[in-house]
Amino acid sequence: MIDRKDVEHVARLTRLALTEEELERMREQLNSILTHLDTLRGVDTEGVEPTAHAVDLVNVMREDEVEPCLPQDSMLANAPDRSGELFRVPRIIEE
Amino acid sequence: MSAPAHYEVVIGLEVHAQLLTRSKMFCGCPTTFGAAPNSQTCPVCQGMPGVLPVVNKKAIELAMRTALAFGCRVNPACRFARKHYYYPDMPKNYQISQYEEPLAEEGRLEIDIDGASRTIGIQRLHLEEDVGKLVHEGTLETAQASLVDFNRSGVPLMETVSKPDLRSPEEAAAYLKAFRAVLVFLGVCDGNMEEGSLRCDANVSLRPRGSTTLGTKVEIKNLNSFRNVQRALEFEVKRQAQALDAGEGIRQETRLWEADRGYTRSMRSKEYAHDYRYFPEPDLVPLRIDSRWVDEIQAALPELPRARRQRFVAQYGLPGYDADVLTQSRALGDYYEAVLREPAPSAGADRPKIVSNWVMSELLRVLPGDDERAIATSPIPPRHLAGLLRLIDDGTISGKIAKDVFQKMFDSREDAATIVGREGLTQVADETALGAIVDSVMAANPKAIDDFKRGKTVAKKSLFGQVMKATGGKANPTLVDRLLEDKLAKIQR
Amino acid sequence: MIHQPIHTLADAYRRGDLTPTAVAEAYLARIDALDRRVRAYLTIVREQALAAARESERRWRAGTPRGPLDGAPIALKDVLCTRGVRTTAGSKILDTFVPPYDATVVERLRAAGAVILGKTNLDEFAMGSSTEHSGFHPTRNPWDLTRVPGGSSGGSAAAVAAGMAAGGFGTDTGGSIRQPAAFCGVVGMKPTYGRVSRYGVVALASSLDQVGPFAQDVTDAAHLLGAVAGHDRRDATSIPAPVPDYAAELAKGVAGLTLGLPDEYFIDGMDPDVERAVRAAIEVLKGLGARVESVSLPTTRHALAAYYVILPAEASSNLARYDGVKFGLRVSAHDLVGMESRTRAAGFGAEVKRRIMLGTYALSAGYYDAYYGKAQSVRTLVRREFAAAFARVDLIVAPTTPNVAFKLGEKEDPLSMYLNDVFTIPGNLSGITGVSVPCGFSVSGLPIGLQILGRPLDEARVLRAAYAYEQATSWRGRRPDLP
Ligand SMILES: [Mg+2]
Ligand SMILES: [Zn+2]
Repeated sequence: MIDRKDVEHVARLTRLALTEEELERMREQLNSILTHLDTLRGVDTEGVEPTAHAVDLVNVMREDEVEPCLPQDSMLANAPDRSGELFRVPRIIEE
Repeated sequence: MSAPAHYEVVIGLEVHAQLLTRSKMFCGCPTTFGAAPNSQTCPVCQGMPGVLPVVNKKAIELAMRTALAFGCRVNPACRFARKHYYYPDMPKNYQISQYEEPLAEEGRLEIDIDGASRTIGIQRLHLEEDVGKLVHEGTLETAQASLVDFNRSGVPLMETVSKPDLRSPEEAAAYLKAFRAVLVFLGVCDGNMEEGSLRCDANVSLRPRGSTTLGTKVEIKNLNSFRNVQRALEFEVKRQAQALDAGEGIRQETRLWEADRGYTRSMRSKEYAHDYRYFPEPDLVPLRIDSRWVDEIQAALPELPRARRQRFVAQYGLPGYDADVLTQSRALGDYYEAVLREPAPSAGADRPKIVSNWVMSELLRVLPGDDERAIATSPIPPRHLAGLLRLIDDGTISGKIAKDVFQKMFDSREDAATIVGREGLTQVADETALGAIVDSVMAANPKAIDDFKRGKTVAKKSLFGQVMKATGGKANPTLVDRLLEDKLAKIQR
Repeated sequence: MIHQPIHTLADAYRRGDLTPTAVAEAYLARIDALDRRVRAYLTIVREQALAAARESERRWRAGTPRGPLDGAPIALKDVLCTRGVRTTAGSKILDTFVPPYDATVVERLRAAGAVILGKTNLDEFAMGSSTEHSGFHPTRNPWDLTRVPGGSSGGSAAAVAAGMAAGGFGTDTGGSIRQPAAFCGVVGMKPTYGRVSRYGVVALASSLDQVGPFAQDVTDAAHLLGAVAGHDRRDATSIPAPVPDYAAELAKGVAGLTLGLPDEYFIDGMDPDVERAVRAAIEVLKGLGARVESVSLPTTRHALAAYYVILPAEASSNLARYDGVKFGLRVSAHDLVGMESRTRAAGFGAEVKRRIMLGTYALSAGYYDAYYGKAQSVRTLVRREFAAAFARVDLIVAPTTPNVAFKLGEKEDPLSMYLNDVFTIPGNLSGITGVSVPCGFSVSGLPIGLQILGRPLDEARVLRAAYAYEQATSWRGRRPDLP
């Protein structure tokens, strides 16, 4: 069971500003989903290696070759705010 | 300043080194420093929706080279993982790094401290991507906004974590120096701390002397020079000692070294800042590093400075000082041995020391440095220096003339024989030619001959000077001396 | 010319009976007339489409077409990045995002001469099974406008079914191509993980996502897949195996093939119409010479739970980049954390937030082993079971979904929505390939899909069986009645 504090903690971890109602609804829904997911505990996976990939590839690498970058203006074009050649963000308050 | 005697200082260093690849860790953008902001980026290193990383093979090999140089175990299976935290200089808000299966583990680095040698353990070595650069409009505290340049984002970083084996700020600085020297020597990092190619964080704790358990550790960031490593750690050791003495506990936290102000200050302390939610990077497949690959890298590994220094002393009989100087850089040591490998017909056991003298006192005097670039662009290649030494050996020129020839070689990039030939600097060493000169000098100085016959041996000196004068100083002095001796002896008889 | 499969369009272009421009114009006109009601598209690129059609026309006239897709009007799920064209992933947070690059799939389609009509709707960030949870508007099922088209690639499925595109592309992370294909009565294929490049595909769950086609018939599916499949050096998970000529293999039939019938795919509570249609389809395949054997895939009942750990975990990570710093929406605040938290709160819908929260929780300190680690081990079991089954049988046949298209708003509870993908998810967990091909209608007149699953990289055999079935039945001619 996860409580309200857990929900707030997770929301903060993932930068989601949730309202009071949202936090409460989230707590209920997460608990209901987690209850369902807890059925996994019943599966015997003793000695079973986890699968991170469905492909059995290894050592996929590229050579150290420079490729052309994209033009500066096209890489800045989507910026919600910028100052000249730089992306601009509001002040950082250390947590 | 050192810690109060009743505490033992325990320090571990985490060093991030930018690898000398041409392109970034996961995309083809160049890694060159100093370009216009955001001019060296692409969708991949800006973390745009849909993009995927592909591993740079050279980065893996440079890290393997370093790992082997530190005697680490290169893991046969390694993989990348995502490390999550939010910061605006990190485009995806996760960093592709390595976690449970790093590239290499369990190595060591020897450092010299107060004339003694210490072995510092290396816990792990792994690869990750760098973040962008954040600048504040004003200072961090007063800025209303911050600005981001992603040029550096995605540059390959090698993180090396030492074991908590360092026992003082001085040792930490010595470790970092030795570490940097190895990386530069291996050609895996340029070691430039001002440009951020090498960055250091430290974990520091204190414990009562004699205790074997570790105290609460504090992480210190922003140690961007050897001097700052030592100053910051000295400050922190003192701060912790005072806190402990006062009966206050040490809080596990991250502190930032403010170099301008000379103190560390608390930065992240909330527990959630350390919940990185690592999981295997699903966009990359694992690496399988077989022994063949390891052997290949091992075989290409250069001899490290320490081993080379010891070999120079043992093999060439060089004094420790000479071996030190000659092994400061890989390029200089290579240069020295290249000179030794050139043919030297009459060389004796003292040749290594003679070559060393020339390299140390002449070559390093004229070159701007002893690094790769200075040696590679030296106007006097090893072959030319060896050629000059041969001219001395076979008596063509004297040691004194050779120094002038050396300067001329440096100025003109020509070899010694060319300069000596053109400028007529050859020492007259032809016995017949010189004999004739001696005969004519003797004939022109009957008084001196008379004096000699009367037992005035100084007369021989005067004749010697006349011969040298007549040859413009180019006569082989030993030969002149012998010829005079022979000819005067005949007169006496 | 509407509802004409792409391979017959190509024949008409060759003969000169039709031109790509006329066809593109007809499709754009139909979109104008119909899409107000279906709402399959988020963005139409009229001018670009017509320009591409004119280029295609020149090639056909010069006798130098680039292949069977040259001049084919197609629709792309709005997770495929298109250079210079807004790509939203169905989310408000990417409302203004214009990628400066093409996804590899898009690049290959352009190279094949395809005419891209526009970008289609989806459940936000492909999280959903109904296309109701788009950040913009729901899409409706062309067979019954009160029902959902399935999802998350509901826009592409609906566009192809309604004759608003001759073919389309979607992504399948847990059934997001096969399920809407079944709901909309078209062919939908999920290729083997790694068969089609994911480069430029807005990621949902990176270890599960795969791009695939929607088609009016199996022949078109073979052509559409053939155009985009194959190794891509920009995707490290892309398989460097040659691409067979899928269309050339189609007519080989199913005689001599062994089909596996998994007991676990016929469950209590499933729609009897679906079960009846699928069992009838299996009889048809038997009649064509296939042998049928029962196979057991017992971990299927845990696949859903494993999926709902892996997917939110990977999604929470992939969606961390939407923070208002570099692209997309930004909601102002006086400090950075405030800006990021408010941007994400305003830009993401409820389902996305729920999965981000769930995934973040599952990965956070102390829970990794219980959830993510455990789910990855269950995934190994699912893979092993498929491998064991495929050691005995050539293909597995099953229903695509337990039920037909449901009504908008009918599945309010997230868990009941998740159950929709119970037959498709195991295929994603194990990375194998599968197709959904129309196999009849419910009494209420809604399409039903037959799912055919195959070994990794065995797309040719999967398509071959689907083709044999399609040719033996008449379902493929049926189109919704949409004046
Ligand atoms: Mg690091
Ligand atoms: Zn890049």
